[in-house]
Amino acid sequence: MKLTLKIWRQKNRQAAGKFETYSLDNVTEDMSFLEMMDILNLQLLHDKRDAVAFDHDCREGICGMCSMYINGRAHGPENATTTCQLHMRSFKDGDTIVIEPWRAAAFPIIKDLVVDRSAFDRIVQAGGYVSVSTGSAVDANAIPIDKTTADKAMDAAECIGCGACVASCKNSSAMLFLSAKVSHFALLPQGQAERKRRVLDMMRTHDEAGFGSCTNTGACEAECPKSISISNIARLNREYLLAALSNDTM
Amino acid sequence: MHLVSPTNKRKLDIIVVGSGLAGAAAAATLGELGYNVKCFCFQDSPRRAHSIAAQGGINAAKNYRNDGDSVYRLFYDTIKGGDYRAREGNVYRLAEVSVQIIDQCVAQGVPFAREYGGLLDTRSFGGTQVSRTFYARGQTGQQVLLGAYSALSRQINTGAVKMYNRHEMLDVVTIDGKARGIIARNVESGEIERHGGHAVVLATGGYGNVFFLSTNAMGSNVTAAWKAYRKGALFGNPCFTQIHPTCIPVSGHFQSKLTLMSESLRNDGRVWVPKKKEDCGKNPLDIPEQDRDYYLERRYPAFGNLVPRDVASRAAKVVCDEGRGVGKSGYAVYLDFADAIKRLGENVIRERYGNLFDMYERITAENPYKAPMRIYPAVHYTMGGLWVDYELSTNVPGLYALGEANFSDHGANRLGASALMQGLADGYFVLPVTIGEYLSHEIRSGKIDTNQAAFAEAEKSVRDTLNQFINIKGNKTVDEFHLALGKIMWEKCGMSRNAKGLAEAQSEIRALREEFYKNVFVPGSTDEFNPELEKAGRVADFLELGELMVIDALNRNESCGGHFREEYQMADGEALRQDEYQYVSAWQYNGMNKAPTLHKEELIFENLEVKTRNYAEWVKTSSPVLVLGMGLLVIKS
Ligand SMILES: Cc1cc2nc3c(=O)[nH]c(=O)nc-3n(C[C@H](O)[C@H](O)[C@H](O)COP(=O)(O)OP(=O)(O)OC[C@H]3O[C@@H](n4cnc5c(N)ncnc54)[C@H](O)[C@@H]3O)c2cc1C
Ligand code: SF4
Ligand code: FES
Repeated sequence: MKLTLKIWRQKNRQAAGKFETYSLDNVTEDMSFLEMMDILNLQLLHDKRDAVAFDHDCREGICGMCSMYINGRAHGPENATTTCQLHMRSFKDGDTIVIEPWRAAAFPIIKDLVVDRSAFDRIVQAGGYVSVSTGSAVDANAIPIDKTTADKAMDAAECIGCGACVASCKNSSAMLFLSAKVSHFALLPQGQAERKRRVLDMMRTHDEAGFGSCTNTGACEAECPKSISISNIARLNREYLLAALSNDTM
Repeated sequence: MHLVSPTNKRKLDIIVVGSGLAGAAAAATLGELGYNVKCFCFQDSPRRAHSIAAQGGINAAKNYRNDGDSVYRLFYDTIKGGDYRAREGNVYRLAEVSVQIIDQCVAQGVPFAREYGGLLDTRSFGGTQVSRTFYARGQTGQQVLLGAYSALSRQINTGAVKMYNRHEMLDVVTIDGKARGIIARNVESGEIERHGGHAVVLATGGYGNVFFLSTNAMGSNVTAAWKAYRKGALFGNPCFTQIHPTCIPVSGHFQSKLTLMSESLRNDGRVWVPKKKEDCGKNPLDIPEQDRDYYLERRYPAFGNLVPRDVASRAAKVVCDEGRGVGKSGYAVYLDFADAIKRLGENVIRERYGNLFDMYERITAENPYKAPMRIYPAVHYTMGGLWVDYELSTNVPGLYALGEANFSDHGANRLGASALMQGLADGYFVLPVTIGEYLSHEIRSGKIDTNQAAFAEAEKSVRDTLNQFINIKGNKTVDEFHLALGKIMWEKCGMSRNAKGLAEAQSEIRALREEFYKNVFVPGSTDEFNPELEKAGRVADFLELGELMVIDALNRNESCGGHFREEYQMADGEALRQDEYQYVSAWQYNGMNKAPTLHKEELIFENLEVKTRNYAEWVKTSSPVLVLGMGLLVIKS
């Protein structure tokens, strides 16, 4: 198939960016979206032009690196699918595809389609862990956890930290990401000791990083490639209230 | 073994390159112990290391199932699975430590799969007859890596670890024969940085991407290990590559990577091809039972579909080479779940493998609940890597290698679910202890001064190489060279090898390397974010590594594990091992285009009897049974 691509090009953090238009032939349905981008880059390099920079690594939908805003949707038209798992059979011959980076104040653009998501790491560093040093653990079967609870914790833990929730939110809120991590630990017995302090510290870091607040539009859940449920945000709010109202935050 | 006191630990700086399972676990644990740690990764966050993609599970000799598992059994399975080409001591320690890994992960909040009673669930993997694989749906790597990432994040928060994301290590600095630091490039700004440390730990993963197409993440590379090799570290068993039997077959010329379908699928899936060539083009559902060849069950009745990976991969190649392969290219076999769905119901299968089935459907647009999957072997893992001793030290004092980057535990073939185990064993439990021996002699060294000549020289050589790539201004892209190298490697140093093909491969690689330095095109400049420049450096190193792999494969006149030399096979096509090759090949660098020197580390088996691997019959392991005074029955080695 033949495509027209409108891609955001921006040299570095400081430069002003703009859309460039490219046309591309020989794209087949079996190709992944990123393979289509590889072909575009091959063409650009053969013309001695700079390749389009984009983040990617696993190309299996698990590392969370890939991050393209395609035709107005984070990760493109298919639900529950990362950019790297999107295939060209989701497009038609003659289509025009608009490709942008994630746009959010807390995710500055580094180059072209690559953004800086280090704010996510800072949120985790603020408390997204159980303080258990190597070697101090008890036997793994010492604390049984009922399967339903364990499954719910796993549902939340599946977040890949891609940032599509932020990119899709009109407030650029990272509540879905934050709530997934808080829920994962709040549900498990191992997470109890630091439960209150964790949510307060992580929430504060979230706000300081420049992410907006949540107004429950549900756009994040709809665009999340891992179908992280918005009910996690409800749990986050409960956890936060509980911790904020208690005077013993340990 | 010497220890380092808490006050002295504060005076010691350790550089950890890599934040996968091995690197993140090591950096976090060293930070907890009180060392000053700097940790580097080339992705935008440590959580994105290639370990994240591991699907199937992690082994541990917990024996929660009471099915006869033990530390000894895991040790035995691993040595045998590796075709008697691994060092006994390291593997025994790995099996011992495996038990603690699961405890640590669970304490961190890793949500492993559980049974209704609330206890941990396990499943079976290839090459074993017990159920010792712990898992978190099809995302075990993700969950255990996020556990290590959380421990690392905690240490970053306390200031014990300083994290350098989007940094690529481009050289090791050695002074008076000791590793004293690294040269790294900030890939966002292009700045070249010097970092000094009392020890350097490489946990930089495997080099399967030398084949261009593999199941590894796109950025996985050999650069860090290769720079260490060029600085004098020995490279162990470079030709030992694992070709994984269950991957989605190649579909087109522009394919950029291959996708694994976890080995756990072989628990319930049955592998077959048509008995008759004429049937290969038919709809598989129209081929009656009696016309199907379940070749693994036929050839290996004791293990059936759960034979080790090297055996399963080669068997697939054999039936496809006979003309009985299926799919467009004829290079695929069926993995069929119809029986399991009939026996257990679609829901159980969905619960076990749902995400893998979804992934398959997303890529191929076919529904595996209705028709069998089509699969073919693909490059997956490299058993070879930097040579290390029992302490995980390379032969360069102060330079350590962990995880897939070292050669240590898997011999000529790795068993499924054992890489996660090894990465975490090395990172959490082994290195943080063994490194103390070396560092106890470093407490008087003082801060490493990065103004020393060795740092300046290493920095200059890094800058020169980067400038060289930019200034060639040729006509072929880096990927085009990489693709060409991959084709040579796959055809001549892949699933089966012979002396003639290997010799050809060596000269073809040399010619390709020469062309690369004349005709590669890298756009832009060195002092900006430039992914093509990063790739150029990696492919340049692969172009050297490829030749070493070929040299190693040529030297090893035997077949063992993943290394199958066509000249050395038994009448029934099984691998023919040769006793005189019961050694680790450790290669020493002598300069570009010069032959490397081979050092041999003899492998001595004191606890296991070296046998021909046999997955067709049931064999008993000979673990002695000891009766202790308490009246307890304990199985011990
Ligand atoms: C698809 C797939 C599925 C798998 N499934 C399983 C499984 O179910 N069970 C199992 O046991 N094993 C599995 N494996 C194997 C296993 O995942 C890997 O062997 C293991 O995770 C490697 O971990 P590591 O820490 O050694 O390296 P990696 O996770 O590869 O980490 C390497 C790190 O080094 C960094 N790095 C590399 N080079 C540089 C450099 N020059 N400068 C700076 N940083 C650098 C990277 O940024 C990264 O942080 C699977 C592998 C694949 C490909
Ligand atoms: S919640 Fe979903 S969209 Fe947000 S970071 Fe996690 S996986 Fe991505
Ligand atoms: S590249 Fe890893 S999730 Fe897309």
